[in-house]
Amino acid sequence: MLKKISKIPFKDTPEKAAKLEEAIRESAGDKSMLMHVMQQAQEIYGYLPFEVQQKIADGMGVPLEKVYGVATFYAQFALSPKGEFAISVCLGTACYVKGAQEILDELSAQLGIGPEECSADGRFSLTACRCIGACGLAPVMTVNDDVYGKITAADVKGILDKYIN
Amino acid sequence: MYRAHVLICGGTGCTSSNSQKIIEAMEAEIKAKGLQDEVQVIRTGCFGLCALGPIMIVYPEGCFYSEVKVEDVPEIVEEHLLKGRMVKRLLYKETVTPSEVKGLNDTAFYKKQKRVALRNCGVINPEDINEYIAYDGYQALAKCLTEYTPEQVVNIIKDSGLRGRGGGGFPTGLKWSFTAANQADQKYVVCNADEGDPGAFMDRSVLEGDPHCIIEAMAICGYATGATEGYIYVRAEYPIAVARLQIAINQAKEMGLLGKDIFGSGFDFDLHVKLGAGAFVCGEETALMTSIEGNRGEPRPRPPYPAVKGLFGKPTTENNVETFANVPTIIRNGADWFASMGTEKSKGTKVFALGGKITNTGLVEIPMGTTLREIIEEIGGGIPNGKKFKAAQTGGPSGGCIPARLMDTPIDYDNLTAIGCMMGSGGLIVMDEDNCMVDIAKFFLDFTVDESCGKCTPCRVGTKRLREMLDKITDGKATLEDLDKLEELCHYIKDNSLCGLGQTAPNPVLATLKFFREEYVAHVVEKRCPAGVCKKLLSYSIEADKCKGCTACARKCPVGAISGSVRQPHTIDTSKCIKCGVCMDTCKFNAIIKK
Repeated sequence: MLKKISKIPFKDTPEKAAKLEEAIRESAGDKSMLMHVMQQAQEIYGYLPFEVQQKIADGMGVPLEKVYGVATFYAQFALSPKGEFAISVCLGTACYVKGAQEILDELSAQLGIGPEECSADGRFSLTACRCIGACGLAPVMTVNDDVYGKITAADVKGILDKYIN
Repeated sequence: MYRAHVLICGGTGCTSSNSQKIIEAMEAEIKAKGLQDEVQVIRTGCFGLCALGPIMIVYPEGCFYSEVKVEDVPEIVEEHLLKGRMVKRLLYKETVTPSEVKGLNDTAFYKKQKRVALRNCGVINPEDINEYIAYDGYQALAKCLTEYTPEQVVNIIKDSGLRGRGGGGFPTGLKWSFTAANQADQKYVVCNADEGDPGAFMDRSVLEGDPHCIIEAMAICGYATGATEGYIYVRAEYPIAVARLQIAINQAKEMGLLGKDIFGSGFDFDLHVKLGAGAFVCGEETALMTSIEGNRGEPRPRPPYPAVKGLFGKPTTENNVETFANVPTIIRNGADWFASMGTEKSKGTKVFALGGKITNTGLVEIPMGTTLREIIEEIGGGIPNGKKFKAAQTGGPSGGCIPARLMDTPIDYDNLTAIGCMMGSGGLIVMDEDNCMVDIAKFFLDFTVDESCGKCTPCRVGTKRLREMLDKITDGKATLEDLDKLEELCHYIKDNSLCGLGQTAPNPVLATLKFFREEYVAHVVEKRCPAGVCKKLLSYSIEADKCKGCTACARKCPVGAISGSVRQPHTIDTSKCIKCGVCMDTCKFNAIIKK
């Protein structure tokens, strides 16, 4: 899977760093917990910048290349930060046959960013995600925790307006 | 004792359409009316009819309210719960006849279904172990531990004819017997809940609606095969399922149904939940085990099979969620009961996630041997908007499609394989005349190219080349010779890939080529997409006699490709046109045509 690596500089805070340290400490010593720690790290930071990967590698006693290898293998791990409003368009089969691609194209056009990218002001990010299993509502897009089902490309602008203002 | 129960669906479909808020509003309203000791609100798993969510069922009447909104809650409480009058306008239309309100089991959607794996979904509160126990839960485990030897348990599963529901269809009892036969200091049971097939959500619904049945089944499997530890590998994208599993495991531990010396039998069994991180290949059993070990989820060559050398190098039995969901009922009701359902070689039922261009999207469980026509026309309620059925896709990116002329094929493992399709894990996506089959094949190839783990060349490079060839076809640049090359490469990838992902990746191409070759030929020879999907082969034009010259399209066109003066027919400059379709959506006179 091709991953976009962000050029936006990494910002850490002492609280986040402490949380990460604790997560690493809890699982250090059991290498099968590597993915678990990375999942926790992503929950803390929203993505996995190199600085965080390096800390995990050191703490878990595995080479950085292994952490990077796992991060790039699984779709869930992001190497690019999420926007304040993280938009996902489900591209599962049920959504696809009902026009999800058109919705993704429309969002791209409206926001001026491609899939797996974040807008320069950090407000919006866009992902084409895997089946979220709400196939009864196809096609589906989500903005953070809000779910919009049975939508068409024409609804996109109205939905975005709710968040722009 | 409560005099009424309000069951509200808390599955992912209904939660997405706001059922959580409805539950909260219902509880508040009931309290406000002082009914909290008389009426109980229960959040259940999936009822199946996701298209009409959020769904609410009120017992003892069993009346089925669909598409309920938060604003409807006070009326339901006031009219139904206080005054005993059903709110007719919210009832599922299928259940309402002029003279009476029918039971759910008399509706077309439910009539032909038989709920075995989904028996408790939408019936019990999945977060309360007592409700599961009240529905005979953990009886099967007790029976195994106190009445049967491990060999007897394996034999019951063998005799039942249960086959793997994850797609392969391997006999479950046989799989268990392989692990049981191997001696080791530690063995494992793994539940594959990494439901990666896009458009399939039956495993998630079982985990959300009836998590204890998976725990019970895994413990039974542990007893039968000599394993004392189990892992459930579940997609991180299923947060509700993960949370309920964890609650269920904790409750089972508290009650002594997991842990040391279960039922005083001396049998120990412990369970862990591992979260996947979104890799389709991890649905392959060896890749899944590599992932549990904390690595990139790459498959391993077999042999050695997991029954010999599986998780952490120890003998391991791996089954899918739906397979496990059948186990407790088989033990309770006997192998003969289970074997009495289904066809000669495929016993029992199968759950399908019905999606795409169909009226009743949702979850259906049917006895093996039901025809596709029954599923689509009766249970599914047919194709919406008066469109014509074209094909049903099963097995996701590894599967094929069933065209209209084979709709009367009884669905079971062997029949589907015989027509070049596969059962798969249970995604069933319906397509109508507006879907282009070449485009659908390309959609699945996009998916497998993305998901190929890269370990073996036939899959990593081969799928990429396949997609490029499909691109060539949809771009109108291919020749008939390319179609032969396409087919040849498909067979090469099938024969040479390391794991199931690569071996089945060409299936969507092969199946569409077999049944819809004329559509491929239309793209290649006539440079035309019959369904009007493939953009590069489309051209938009304006029918002069219908155009009123309102200029709406010209103003909306993002590239200024439309010209013409007011009240005169307009024209489209096809060299500028980017085929976005905005003009067609804008035109009020249906003057714009694409072909």
